[in-house]
Amino acid sequence: MTTDQHRSSAAFLFPLLQFLMVAATVYVFFSNKFAPPAAITAAGAAIDHQYDMTLAVTAVAFVLSQLGLAYVVLKYRDHGQKVEFSRGNNTLELLWTTLTAVLFLGLAVLGHSAWASARMFEPSLDAVRVEVTENQFVFNFRYPGPDGKFGRLDPKKIDASLGNPIGLDSTDPAGTDDIVVPTLTVPVNQEVELLMRSQDVIHSFFVRELRLQQDAVPGLIVPVRFKAEKIGHYEVVCTQLCGLGHSQMHTYLDVVSQENFAAFLKNGGQ
Amino acid sequence: MSAHGHTVHVPEAPTGFIRKYVFSTDHKVIGIQYFFLALTSVVVGMLLSVLMRFHLLWPGAKVPFLQGGVMTQAQYLSLVTMHGTMMVFFVLTTAPQAGFGNYFLPIQIGAPDMAFPHLNMLSFWVTFLAFLSLIAAFFVPDGAPISGWTAYTPLSGIGQASGPGEGWGQTMWIVSISLFCLASLLGALNFIATLIDMRAPGMSLMRMPLTCWGWFVTAVLTLLAFGVLLAGGILLFLDRTAGTSFFLPAGLVFTDQLQPHSGGSPLLWQHLFWFFGHPEVYIAILPGMGVASHVLSTFCRKPIFGYKAMVIAMNAIGFLGFVVWGHHMFVSGMSPYSAFAFSVMTMAIGVPSAIKTFNWLGTLWGSKIHFDVPMLFALGFVSLFVSGGLSGLFLAQPAVDNLLHATYYVVAHFHLVMGVASIFGMFAATYFWFPKMFGRMMNPTLGKIHFWFTFVGAYCIFMPMHFLGLSGGIRRYADYTAISYLQPLRPLTMFMTYAAFVTVTAQLIFLFNLFWSLKKGEVAGKNPWNATTLEWITTSPPPHDNFGGQFPSVYRGPYEFNVPGAREDFIPQNLEPSQVAMGAQS
Repeated sequence: MTTDQHRSSAAFLFPLLQFLMVAATVYVFFSNKFAPPAAITAAGAAIDHQYDMTLAVTAVAFVLSQLGLAYVVLKYRDHGQKVEFSRGNNTLELLWTTLTAVLFLGLAVLGHSAWASARMFEPSLDAVRVEVTENQFVFNFRYPGPDGKFGRLDPKKIDASLGNPIGLDSTDPAGTDDIVVPTLTVPVNQEVELLMRSQDVIHSFFVRELRLQQDAVPGLIVPVRFKAEKIGHYEVVCTQLCGLGHSQMHTYLDVVSQENFAAFLKNGGQ
Repeated sequence: MSAHGHTVHVPEAPTGFIRKYVFSTDHKVIGIQYFFLALTSVVVGMLLSVLMRFHLLWPGAKVPFLQGGVMTQAQYLSLVTMHGTMMVFFVLTTAPQAGFGNYFLPIQIGAPDMAFPHLNMLSFWVTFLAFLSLIAAFFVPDGAPISGWTAYTPLSGIGQASGPGEGWGQTMWIVSISLFCLASLLGALNFIATLIDMRAPGMSLMRMPLTCWGWFVTAVLTLLAFGVLLAGGILLFLDRTAGTSFFLPAGLVFTDQLQPHSGGSPLLWQHLFWFFGHPEVYIAILPGMGVASHVLSTFCRKPIFGYKAMVIAMNAIGFLGFVVWGHHMFVSGMSPYSAFAFSVMTMAIGVPSAIKTFNWLGTLWGSKIHFDVPMLFALGFVSLFVSGGLSGLFLAQPAVDNLLHATYYVVAHFHLVMGVASIFGMFAATYFWFPKMFGRMMNPTLGKIHFWFTFVGAYCIFMPMHFLGLSGGIRRYADYTAISYLQPLRPLTMFMTYAAFVTVTAQLIFLFNLFWSLKKGEVAGKNPWNATTLEWITTSPPPHDNFGGQFPSVYRGPYEFNVPGAREDFIPQNLEPSQVAMGAQS
């Protein structure tokens, strides 16, 4: 084992590449060059906070371990030194096991409150309820109308060409005033409960500004809630592979003032 | 070397070509068969990904050999499905475990073959049938399925009504996957039996190379996980062909037509799929962890740091791997309350992963590094595993998953950690064991060029992909024109695509090196790396019974490098204590 045989430019190139990779990654992650638009809900802000905390922890772990790797590769390249014989060190094992366990599990426990604020709470009594029905490759949103009740649905009556895309049963009086529209309009600063349904395959509902993503599963009605705090026009996309037209499946969320929302309902969704 | 061998009964070596090279029961031939099957699959899978990236940038461009001249969105989605299926099953599950494991597990524990050689042959040929069924999906009417490698039902369960490729193509996919499950179950049984029963005298569990531990834990995971996918696959097959409704609820309507199903649950498929699918991630990476540990220790000329901790960590990863599948389903409609448990369990799996990383760094600390090509890929493995693993901390939290689920962030994460890292493990294994398998060295200069291009290329493709996902870039979109906020992300896509083209081209260097070295490589001796484990005490390639009748006994652990007082800087596992030369190192 001559030393010359193992002298290698890799001892310098590998650490250099590691350094460049770490620098570029950290720079872009913290520059906010690529980031979702600002959240428009309190739950969204809590999610962002949790994201930031996770980013801080992972950034430290990332930089230390990747540069640590670069350092040991550079330092312990073969330059004729003697190997420091060691089979390990139980104190160190215990130390880094405890440290990572506390950090990682701590993150999970802390993150729970952000998830709870997004998904686990009782609906408020004045929540606006909207039923979301997805099918290949469109969204339909149903409001219960002045009677506050959704009419009965019958899948046999679904006929998009006759203007009944969700299969409203015309024999149910509760359904006569239901409003069915292809975009979602909600009032600002009021809780909204979406009742997610699908007619055919699994679809999803994703609005970046809400930090909200939920699959629509045929056979289930999945409730999700949010309270938008900023008036605006936002894109809604399907994120669950649903077939040929998946990448075209999108609609809009309009967050409007209370007055405009009242007018929207009064005009039957116009 | 082995003065005190023991005898083992070994069947005669076959003589005819068919029995020797085609329907062989020799684990070494079967390992090589698996290796070349995986190599074929990785070439196909990689070409599919090139076509996908080409389509994303230039959706209207002419593609010469495609029907119709321009790639359709259906064809794009079928590429997504087939790329994922090909890579996960026929590359990441096939090469590290069935390929290298088959070849080296028996030799490393001092056995003449697998416990059940005929079962081993059957496993390979059933896997080969599975491969043919999958390839056939391209050629049936309507082409390959479009439901992704996860095949979520009802999209995959209802038949042609749900989209192109969902007729025959999807059926062929299910047949392929079910056959693959069957073959993997047989293989896992064989690995476990061999490792439990056929270790050489003195080869206690805690003296096994970490590669063997990797293959062993993987085999246990395979046995427990693939059985569940097989059951799921059969139920899905029945839903499609026999009118059952395991995964199909009432009231499904396709193009205004009510479907005759009722009573099933689409979420049941997801539970079954991910109960398999998450352990599958570890099935892909654990053998790579074994190889990386093995190679790091050998080329550091230093014992692995914390052998026992490494073994415990691998077993912990294997165990925890079975209780985290729900993190794929945070936004699926599953109860939000279960998310907390799955989240904590998933974060917990980061702990043994971190232990392994620290131990790799500990191995490098105070060492004397030889930068041979296998070592470069092992170092790359550690780097990529850390980068890919850390982004998992985001996805393990349901709150953050609300933002990142189904975006390219996920694609970046799993490509780095289970794709590229595993493949680096396989490259390390190939460069390391090629001399043993074929008796010749691979060209080190070409190997180094291959490494630098692949290492830089992999980061250039998959690191920016995180940013694409963070900005809301959604995976499995055949077309980026409909959603307005996706438009500004095109330069990022373009950068990744060019990086992918360069990286893929660099793989030609590897292929050339592989085939050139088979014939023209420098002849390798028994032990070109001065390594310690049992595969290096026999000829390259080993004889039919692996040890030429001189079966070794084992006297020490697998990584005895630079032991104080010993004259050589390595002590083979089979060397009797009285024969270890003492004195100053030469």
